[in-house]
Amino acid sequence: MDKYKNIKESFLNNFKDFENSLNGESKSDFHKIRKQAFNNFYELDFPDRKNEEWRYTNISPLLQQSFSIPNNIKLDATDLSNHILKGIDAYVMIFVNGKFSAEHSHLENIQKGIKIRCLADCIKNNDKDLLQHFGKYADCKNNIFTSLSTAFTTDGAFITVDDNCVIEKPIYLLFLTKAGNVNIQTQPRNLIVAGKNSQLKVIEHFSSTDNSTYFTNTITEIVAQENAVIDHVKLQEESINAFHIARMEVDQERSSNFTSHLISTGGKLSRNDLTSKFNGEGGEAMLNGLFLIEKDQLFDVHSFIDHAKPNCNSHEHYKGILDDNSHGVFNGKIMVRKDAQKTNAFQENNNILLSTNSLINTKPQLEIFADDVKCSHGATIGQLDNDAKFYLKSRGIGEEASKEILLHAFASDVVNHIKIDAVKNYAEEIITERINERKKES
Amino acid sequence: MLLEIKNLHAKVEGKEILKGINLNINEGEVHAIMGPNGSGKSTLAQVLAGREDYEITEGEVIYNGKNLLELSPEDRAREGIFLAFQYPVEIPGVSNTNLLKTAMNEIRKYRGQEALDAMEFLTLLKEKMKIVELDQSLINRSVNEGFSGGEKKKNEIFQMAVLEPQLSILDETDSGLDIDALRIVANGITKLKSDKNAIIVVTHYQRLLNYIIPDFVHVLYKGQIIKSGGKDLALELEDKGYDWLKVDKFQVTG
Repeated sequence: MDKYKNIKESFLNNFKDFENSLNGESKSDFHKIRKQAFNNFYELDFPDRKNEEWRYTNISPLLQQSFSIPNNIKLDATDLSNHILKGIDAYVMIFVNGKFSAEHSHLENIQKGIKIRCLADCIKNNDKDLLQHFGKYADCKNNIFTSLSTAFTTDGAFITVDDNCVIEKPIYLLFLTKAGNVNIQTQPRNLIVAGKNSQLKVIEHFSSTDNSTYFTNTITEIVAQENAVIDHVKLQEESINAFHIARMEVDQERSSNFTSHLISTGGKLSRNDLTSKFNGEGGEAMLNGLFLIEKDQLFDVHSFIDHAKPNCNSHEHYKGILDDNSHGVFNGKIMVRKDAQKTNAFQENNNILLSTNSLINTKPQLEIFADDVKCSHGATIGQLDNDAKFYLKSRGIGEEASKEILLHAFASDVVNHIKIDAVKNYAEEIITERINERKKES
Repeated sequence: MLLEIKNLHAKVEGKEILKGINLNINEGEVHAIMGPNGSGKSTLAQVLAGREDYEITEGEVIYNGKNLLELSPEDRAREGIFLAFQYPVEIPGVSNTNLLKTAMNEIRKYRGQEALDAMEFLTLLKEKMKIVELDQSLINRSVNEGFSGGEKKKNEIFQMAVLEPQLSILDETDSGLDIDALRIVANGITKLKSDKNAIIVVTHYQRLLNYIIPDFVHVLYKGQIIKSGGKDLALELEDKGYDWLKVDKFQVTG
């Protein structure tokens, strides 16, 4: 079991260095949470493939590495302009190697009723709101990656919206990694609390300036109070050699509405755990995703929708486009608890394999304990439709253009649900870019 | 000559379907190809459009002086060949407009013409929609998705109208149409006919030929054209069926 002693020791050393760098902060309440989390981490074992939750995802490539805490670096002018989402009117927070950069962010003229803060400041100030919510939704106890992330938490976004406030502009969080071939670890941590009847749109964007190997271990906790509407988008475009472990925990109170879109193209190994839990009646959740992977990339999403109360609706739709030797994993768990009558839960996972060596493991997991519910699930795995392709070609559209049209069409029912136009257009661009890369290679 | 088919043989999954087709088509002509089920009519249409599932074992097809069989399906379309599908394919997520715009511009690019701008393209669509009385709402919907049988066939002729092919192959475009839809589709085709283009009408029935008067009628049977004639042949087939021809053929070859 001490196979992974080395990586644990390296994290232990990092943690000591980290504590030494904290000065006075090491006595704070927040740091107690970190210490507790690190102890948890140290005691827990890394999951192997005997663990049902990790059956198809082998994390040993991650565990063979060791990582260091990043030093402060400066961005070049082009680093940002090459990666920041274009044409978006938003409150912008830029994080460089996990640290908030006030210099590059745009948080001026913020609408009344919303607070957008960096976690580092709140930690320094022992912010009461932060301590009230932090770690309450993404529990460390039995999760080694959450423990690790919490132990090293230094920065991220802390967003709170007052009751009855409709926030017009989205909040755009760019997590840009500039590792410069140093194996660094970052653990962006976000906390979003939307008050009663409030509305909010948040975009998380992970990107890298180069092809370095590094480790992002990120957690987002979201609370949707009664009747709140939250629209969340995550764009994951990490380096092709990066490890990306992510967890999102959403707590939904009565009649709240949560929408999530995950567009994922990056990373050597990426794992997304996302949970949405209905704590009150009348909630709505939509979890959509699109992943485009190639070469030896591994993408894994494990979702869990917890219908703990009656009269809630959930829709989940994930689509995968897999090329070369890539490997996708979709595990969609839906729990309908005993009292959750009149639940509607629909789940769908469709995949296109563009190569003979790509692989998808798809597993719906419905656990239903109520008797008056509507639940469905479906999974498809296939290639591009030859009849459709011939139809397009017979109209004068070439082989590559036909493929491009059909892949866009395949992705469209996920992409079209994205409400922020700049993000939607960007998602379309990502698909086109992927297809063009394919063209160049062949 | 626009199209010259010489001794064309084609196989699918090891089975020979076309067994030596000979056919010459000039600009300005309408040719009807009739015949019982399984005689190879649709195969011929698909082979001309370039469907890769068929293996050509013998013969040649010359279109506008070019060896058609060497061209990819998309290049055939760019050279002016159009197939109206017997069963138009539904493509969820691709709008009719998008399909036509991409097709139009790829064809124009192939011919060294500038792409149409958005306004020119929309004006063109509106004008062509009238030809088949296509409902405006259908052009922004996904290609054929949820269309009725009649709408699908109208949509094929609408695409033909937009792309202005030189040789159109209409594969059972009349099948499954009620009399009103048939009239609209047939009138649309008639409007598109000129002395510069040619049409091959593949059909089971004579009724479409009441609207589109063929210059030639060919009977396809067991992969060969066993009889050719003028428009009266279609009427005769309607009246007598195909059996008398089969006997003739049998007597000729036997």
